[in-house]
Amino acid sequence: MSKRNFAAVVFFLVIAVFFFFSALMMHPFGVPEKADMDDEIIKGVQIETGTNNGVTSVVFDYRGFDTLGEATILFTAVAGVIMVFRRLKQ
Amino acid sequence: MSEMSKIVRTISSISFPLIIIYGLYIISHGHLTPGGGFQGGAVVASGCAMILVAYGSIWTIGKMKEKNLSLLESIGAICFILLAIFGLGFGAVFFNNFLVGSDFLFGTIPSAGSTIANINTGGVIPLMNFAVGIKVIAGLFAIVLVMAHASSTREGKK
Repeated sequence: MSKRNFAAVVFFLVIAVFFFFSALMMHPFGVPEKADMDDEIIKGVQIETGTNNGVTSVVFDYRGFDTLGEATILFTAVAGVIMVFRRLKQ
Repeated sequence: MSEMSKIVRTISSISFPLIIIYGLYIISHGHLTPGGGFQGGAVVASGCAMILVAYGSIWTIGKMKEKNLSLLESIGAICFILLAIFGLGFGAVFFNNFLVGSDFLFGTIPSAGSTIANINTGGVIPLMNFAVGIKVIAGLFAIVLVMAHASSTREGKK
């Protein structure tokens, strides 16, 4: 067995053991996790942000930085595509 | 891309306003019903892409320059960041919802529990929905328009 194949087998075994034990440690199906943050948001969403739609208030208010990152990603994608295809047009 | 047949053009120009109205409804009711700026913007941009496919890219780029679309997208992004910075100025932190509870605009606080939807709620969230909606409409339509125009000019050179 060459050195490369040996390294591949060792890597495969490590990944397999990792996945096996993480499958054993998964929490049982149908039992919800403890959800303090969810209860807090559901209780306070109408008083704190004044919206009836909880999802939008999480996206634009509680997790505003995430939306800012998404908007930046969209802006970068549009700028890249326009740059590439404007060069192609000429 | 050249234009398609007259049947396709007629049907798409009939259904185009309905798609636009539906997308703007999703954007403006983002704080009440499922949806928001990203989803409604994708709906409106899909309607514009349908017009682009039906009428061809040469006709469409005569109506709407891609330079104006990137300007519109930048305006949306600047409005979004300015609203966040206003939260820093008028409220306490970045992205603070400073309009909720005020008498100015979108300031009403709904009573807790399931209530009848009131559009005058949500504080700064509807304004952010509008900003993100403008940004997504202009961005997605600019991508489709630039790609279609580039492919059509290359076909013409052959």
